[in-house]
Amino acid sequence: MKNGELIVDVRGMTKHYDGRAVVDHVDLQVRAGEIYGFLGPNGSGKTTFLRMLCGLLRADEGSGTCLGHDVIRESEAIKREVGYMTQRFSFWEDLSIEENLDFVARMYELKKRRQAVRESIEQLGLAGREKQLAGQLSGGWKQRLALTACLIHNPKLLLLDEPTAGVDPKARRDFWEQIHRLAAKGLTFLITTHYMDEAERCHRLAYIAYGKLLAHGTVDEVIGQVGLTTWSVSGPGLPHLAEELRARQGIQQAVAFGNALHVSSDDAAALEQAIAPFRHAPYDWRKIPSGLEDAFISLMEVSKDNFAK
Amino acid sequence: MTRHSHFSFQRLLGIIVKEFTQMRRDRLTFAMMLGIPLLQLTLFGYAINADPRHLPAAVLLADQGPQGRTLLQAMKNSTYFDFVRQVSTETEAHNLLARGQVQFVVNIPENFSRDLLRGDRPALLVEADATDPAATGNALGQLNAIFSAALLNDLKGPLESLAATDGPIDLRVHALYNPEVITQYNIVPGLMGVILTMTMIMITGLAITRERERGTMENLLSMPTRPSEVLIGKIVPYIFVGYIQVGVILVASYFLFHVPMQGSILLLLLVALVFIAANLAMGITFSTIAKNQLQAMQMTFFAFLPSILLSGFMFPFRGMPPWAQLIGEVFPLTHFLRIVRGILLKGNTSVEVMNQLWQIALFAVVAMAIGIKRYRQTLD
Repeated sequence: MKNGELIVDVRGMTKHYDGRAVVDHVDLQVRAGEIYGFLGPNGSGKTTFLRMLCGLLRADEGSGTCLGHDVIRESEAIKREVGYMTQRFSFWEDLSIEENLDFVARMYELKKRRQAVRESIEQLGLAGREKQLAGQLSGGWKQRLALTACLIHNPKLLLLDEPTAGVDPKARRDFWEQIHRLAAKGLTFLITTHYMDEAERCHRLAYIAYGKLLAHGTVDEVIGQVGLTTWSVSGPGLPHLAEELRARQGIQQAVAFGNALHVSSDDAAALEQAIAPFRHAPYDWRKIPSGLEDAFISLMEVSKDNFAK
Repeated sequence: MTRHSHFSFQRLLGIIVKEFTQMRRDRLTFAMMLGIPLLQLTLFGYAINADPRHLPAAVLLADQGPQGRTLLQAMKNSTYFDFVRQVSTETEAHNLLARGQVQFVVNIPENFSRDLLRGDRPALLVEADATDPAATGNALGQLNAIFSAALLNDLKGPLESLAATDGPIDLRVHALYNPEVITQYNIVPGLMGVILTMTMIMITGLAITRERERGTMENLLSMPTRPSEVLIGKIVPYIFVGYIQVGVILVASYFLFHVPMQGSILLLLLVALVFIAANLAMGITFSTIAKNQLQAMQMTFFAFLPSILLSGFMFPFRGMPPWAQLIGEVFPLTHFLRIVRGILLKGNTSVEVMNQLWQIALFAVVAMAIGIKRYRQTLD
């Protein structure tokens, strides 16, 4: 697949549970070689969307292609070329590392199965421990095993559902380095995450809340779409100041960041008016570019209001 | 429509290997698969007796003559009756019956011997605790024969006319296949069917629900496996387990219970394959319907109880009303019982066996088809 080619191109993907739209007309385009981050609060429909892409759930509505196959009708063909890593470790804990990999290799009917398994074990850095039961591995190793198993059939697209949940920072960093190495080789990723630092490591992002896609694009584009103005204020008694600010009209969030408070709103004029009474010593006010987290929290607040209506 | 891929033997093999490995690691299940046949064989094989003897009896003896004693001695010699109490009043006798301390009360009235010799046909009352008809039936059935034989010696010479005559018919009964009416000959081969039914349904009943409960189902479904591969792959390893059980039971039947083996063991082993497959298919179908392992267990018992009760294992099949027989005919166990008893005791050959076997095979095919149809390829 050439870089820039659309690996995922779906429109209007919708899934209902008990009459409620869990995924509501989501459009998504992912290009070859891209690391696409999928963000949103818990229960926002991220997992459901991934499951629809790889044929684990039937979409109620929607159309499009995944790896050139029809996303509704050709799920078997899609399964063969996609690697799906579930949110919860879903390999067999009573099988050894080697047995798990061998099983997966057989399910994909790999021609050089033994070789593929051996290479995977070496890549994992688990040579010599391949007889260990998967259930005895630590969280970080389980995650690495799961990723390796998802890669064994050389998929073109990897769907990773919160792959780093419960993994320590060092393992997370290694994991992301591996993702970037694989993406450079042309593999495409769709990754759900809660972590801002991980979101910033993605080429492009989509933010989904209550089943609706609210923003998408590069990090800067997403921040731009939200159109947030942010002021940073430092000085004494910040917790008290935050409370006072939150009570005022025209301020959407006032969040503590270390020794400063980030105050933001999507209405720049209203924000300036709201903070005017506090713009004096000992407070030091400075206008700063909005961060991704500011943007996401704003999106989440706005969508919560919309959902409540 | 969904484009279907071909059936892959490599994938099937992969699932079989995985199931075998998991079975080997799951010590408890593995122990259960061998433990259940051994336990049931011991319990049913040694403990069940459809022809109970040495039943406790009380005697209310008002007669002073010798004939009453002769009869009591004969009852005792038959080994059906053990006289444990002698009582003097009917109230006392009834109390013993009511409390379950004796199974019978034999009441020989005053002047029994005198009236007998006079040819007055005196009454002899045997009261039985018939709450469990099976416990008293055989003993009571033997009474006439016991008494006639006992009095033959006493009623000699001038008294000969009082002895029971032979009757107008020379009745001959041949109890074929099991002339000594040994319960084990019926129970132990039947146990093969019962044990296979229970373990096979249960084991596969848990097979799919376990994947679902552990969350591995999502992984399995995200791979390009086909329902038939998964279901057949989960059945095959347990066929081997089934054969281990058949082997254990056959060896025990031969060496411990000395069950006759008239027919071809090879034929029996072939039939067992169809029977095992039928039960596994039923279990796997339950597995696709049940939401969790507990439900699968409950469904197993839901199927197991009627099949053990209505198949003719516990109670005579011909004693059941037609509607119950009709239900019984559905269960593979019913037909397998006929086959296994037929082969071992009667020396049946494939001709007789076929009559029952196709019904088991039909059941297997239908159950498997439902299972494959019910198996969901999505998480919906």
